Amino acid sequence: METMIKVENLTKQFMGLKAIDDLTVEIPAGVATGLIGPNGSGKTTLMNVLTGLLSPEAGTIFINERRFRKIKPNMLRRLKIARTFQDSRLIEQMSVEDNLLLPVAENRCWHSLAERNTNAYREKLEAVLETIRLKQYRNKNAGELSYGQRKLLEIGRTLMQNAEIYFFDEPFTGLFPEAVGQILAIMQKLKTAGKTLIIIEHNMNLIERLCDYVAVLDHGTLLAEGTPAEVLKNEQVREAYLGK
Amino acid sequence: MEYLINLAILFCIYGMLALSLNLVVGMTGLLSLAQAAFYGIGAYACAIGMTSLGLGFFTTVLLGILVNGVLAFIVGKILSRFQGDYYAIVSAGLSIIVFSVLLNWKDLTNGPLGIFGISKPAVFGYQLSSNLAYLLLCLAAVVLSYFFYNLIDKSSFGRTLKAIREDEQLTRSLGYNTKHFKSIIFVISAVMSGVVGAMFASYIAFIDPSTFQLKEGIFLFTIIIVGGLSSARGSIAGALILISLPEILRFIGLPYETAAQLQQIIYGGLLVLMMVLKPQGLFGKYKM
Repeated sequence: METMIKVENLTKQFMGLKAIDDLTVEIPAGVATGLIGPNGSGKTTLMNVLTGLLSPEAGTIFINERRFRKIKPNMLRRLKIARTFQDSRLIEQMSVEDNLLLPVAENRCWHSLAERNTNAYREKLEAVLETIRLKQYRNKNAGELSYGQRKLLEIGRTLMQNAEIYFFDEPFTGLFPEAVGQILAIMQKLKTAGKTLIIIEHNMNLIERLCDYVAVLDHGTLLAEGTPAEVLKNEQVREAYLGK
Repeated sequence: MEYLINLAILFCIYGMLALSLNLVVGMTGLLSLAQAAFYGIGAYACAIGMTSLGLGFFTTVLLGILVNGVLAFIVGKILSRFQGDYYAIVSAGLSIIVFSVLLNWKDLTNGPLGIFGISKPAVFGYQLSSNLAYLLLCLAAVVLSYFFYNLIDKSSFGRTLKAIREDEQLTRSLGYNTKHFKSIIFVISAVMSGVVGAMFASYIAFIDPSTFQLKEGIFLFTIIIVGGLSSARGSIAGALILISLPEILRFIGLPYETAAQLQQIIYGGLLVLMMVLKPQGLFGKYKM
C-alpha cells in the first residue's frame, strides 16, 4: 500500500512526561486506519501533532512525501487535511451555515473583505446539509444544537473542505445508533472516493467494520499494526488494550 | 436649538467611535483600550495640520489616516500575538504612551495648553461655519460608518473575525492567517477613529491631551457594552444612551460636583447591570 502519512522518531512530551515516545508509524493512503489504544496512549496527541495543534520536540513528519519538522494549523487547508475533535469544536455563536462556509470561504484577508456572496459554495453547502441532515437548522446557532447534531455539523465541516486526509477523533462517542449509522455511511462514502481516513475509536466492532488497517499505541509507542483481524489476535494488544 | 445640535454632533462622534471600536472588540473579541490614542492622533493631525501647516481639513484627515495607519499596523502586528487580558493591558499601554507624547511633546502639540483656533472644514468650496451644516456632515459620516460596519459584518472577512473571536486556533486550522486578520481590523478601526478625531477637533476648535486619555477608551468600551457587542445598531444606541445620560442629570438640578460624581457611579452601575442582566448588551449578538 502507498503511504500517505509517515512519522519518524516522533517525540512529544508534556512537562517531562512523554505522550509520544520516539514513535515511527506509517498511515496508508486511500484507506481507513484505526488508531486505537488505552486512554493516555498518545492517540489524540499524535492527531494533534499531525494537524498542527501541538509541536513535537523531535522527529519528522512526511505527508504525501513532503517532509515537515512540524505542521502549522494554517497549513491544513493547503495540505488538504480536515479533522474533527473529541469534544466538538464549533463556532458556537455562528449559524450552522456559516460554520460550514468557514473552511471554504476566501482566506486571503483583503479578498475576503470583498467576498459577500457565497453562491459559489451554495451547491456544495446544500449537498453537505443534506448529507448531515441539518437543513432545517441551517440558520440556528451551533451552540443551540444537540450533542449528536454538533458531531454531525463538525463532520459536515470536514466534508465541505474537499480534503484528501480526514482525521476523526472519537466520532461515534455518545451517539445513538441512527447517528452512528449516518456517520458510518459518510465514512464509507469517503473511503469509496479514495480518501485517507484516520479514526480514533474505542469501539472495536466499529473499527472492524470500517477500518482496513489498525495501529495500536501504548505509552506513546507503537504496540502493533496490521489488519483489524491480525491486531485483535495479537497477545500484547489483548493484554494491554482489551484486558484479556 | 444650538444645544440640541451640539448634542447631536457629539452623539454622531461617539457613535462613529463606538462603531470603530466594535469592529475590534465586538466582532473580533480583542479587548482593545487603545481607541482613545488613535482618536487623539487623528485630532492632533487635524489640529497641527490646519493651524501650523495651513493644510485644508481633508488633507489633514489623510495625514491622520497615514499616521494612524502606520502606527496601527506596527502596533497591530505586536498586539496580534496577544489575546484576552494581555491584549487589554498592552493596548492600554499604547493609550498611555500616546497620551504622554501628546502631553509632553510641547514643540509639536503645545503640551497641556492644547491647540486653539482649529477651523471648520469647507466642502466643495462651502465653509461649514454653522453647527447645523456641521451636523449634516456628521450625520453623513455616521451613515457611511454604519454601512461600512455592515459591509464588513456581512463579508467573509467579518465571518472570519467572528470565528477568531470564539476560537482562534480552530480558525487557523481552517486555513486562516488569524494574526493578519487581527492586524488588518485593528488598522481599519484605528483609521476610522482617526477620521472621527479630526472631525471632533474641527468641530470643537480647541483640543488638549486630557480628552484622549485612557478613561476615554474605557468610556467607549462602556458604550459598546451597553449598546451591544458586535452590533452596529448597538454602537449607535449605546452612544445615544451614554451621551444623553449626563444631559438628563443636568436637568435634575444637582450641583455640578455631585452630578459629575453621580455620572461615574451611573456609568459603573450600568456596566455591572448589563453584565449581569444582558451580557450581550441591548442589541448585541455576542456574549463575552
